[in-house]
Amino acid sequence: MNGSGPFDLVARVGAWAIDAVRRIGAATLFMLRVLFASGTSIARPALTVREVYFAGALSLVIIMVSGLFVGMVLGLQGYDTLQTYGSEEKLGVLVALSLVRELGPVVAALLFASRAGSAITAEIGLMKATDQIVAMEMMAVDPVARVVAPRFWGAVLSMPLLAALFSALGIFGAYVVGVRLLGVDDGAFWSQMQAAVDFRQDILNGVVKSIVFGIGIAAVATFEGFDAPPTAEGVSRATTRTVVHSSLLVLALDLVLTGFMMQMWGD
Amino acid sequence: MMNSRMLQFWVGVFVLAGFAALLFLALKVGNLGLGSGAASYEVRASFSNIGSLKARAPVRAAGVTVGRVLAVDFDATRYEADVTMAIDSAYRFPLDTSASILTSGVLGENYIGLDAGAEETHLEDGGRITITQSAVVLEHVIGQFLYDKAQEASP
Repeated sequence: MNGSGPFDLVARVGAWAIDAVRRIGAATLFMLRVLFASGTSIARPALTVREVYFAGALSLVIIMVSGLFVGMVLGLQGYDTLQTYGSEEKLGVLVALSLVRELGPVVAALLFASRAGSAITAEIGLMKATDQIVAMEMMAVDPVARVVAPRFWGAVLSMPLLAALFSALGIFGAYVVGVRLLGVDDGAFWSQMQAAVDFRQDILNGVVKSIVFGIGIAAVATFEGFDAPPTAEGVSRATTRTVVHSSLLVLALDLVLTGFMMQMWGD
Repeated sequence: MMNSRMLQFWVGVFVLAGFAALLFLALKVGNLGLGSGAASYEVRASFSNIGSLKARAPVRAAGVTVGRVLAVDFDATRYEADVTMAIDSAYRFPLDTSASILTSGVLGENYIGLDAGAEETHLEDGGRITITQSAVVLEHVIGQFLYDKAQEASP
């Protein structure tokens, strides 16, 4: 397998493909295990609440500050383009639709993957490296139910709330820049926004997106942590993989979901 | 290690802030109400040309939004556009109300404008508006203008 002839080249591609399929299969089986072991997370809500604190509450500051800044930048850039057409009152529509439909769920998910997803992987990976997982199994405690499932559900529950906060603060940031600084009409900013944004088709679809992203990130993060080789290097690689894979997963899911949702609007 | 009371407090802050943001989006940004949750009745109308009218476009009477366009279909037997709109149940319109497709501003979107008639009976759910006026298509207007100019110049 170490040669460089055409045979070895094809064999290396094959080995890579087999490994990829094996990992996807292992991840799917692991997710089923987490789902079946989720009873403990409901029976002992304190475990899940703890993880909502680590995944969600501790991400509040970065999500809120990022949302505010993204909204302000959208306000500045949108105003600059819209005023050349004399329609700067549409700023509210532009900012609200881009945040609620796309930027809120996606950027919040990317931040969440790097802020909370990596932490989940590192924690579970280190628990494994320091034999805590094995110790639990020795004591007949299912580590998936006790360690993995609460982290999974904590992340899934936190994600839609963080995305909503991101969007809300982004719209507030655009309001501050657009209305307070640049002088867009206050009434037009809100009324045009309210006329254009639909609760079900824009806001609820945004919430659905963020829930799906939350499930994706939580699945990647917990699997990578549980699957990490129990060494310092293994944990560090697993953490990197979590950030890279869950970010790519979020962007790919976003494309698919947006396609479906556009189809449902049917215009 | 932080005590569990403090942890619960911060989770509470987080959850409340999250739901407050959702509520803000729903009420202040999404204007939850007309067209999605409120009771409405359906009315149909045929137009020979709808311009660029799309589903979700507003239906206005005297400039006030009273409903939304639900669907735009092509009627293959009469070769006309069949528009279904949902009108808020709070507003009743006479049977001889006329519908026309208008444009908001020069570059704006198309919407349906309703002009109330004088009949005693009202439009019911599933009713049909018979008096309609199509969208003004810019190319047709320019074509007509050039044709008239040519007529003036020829004799």
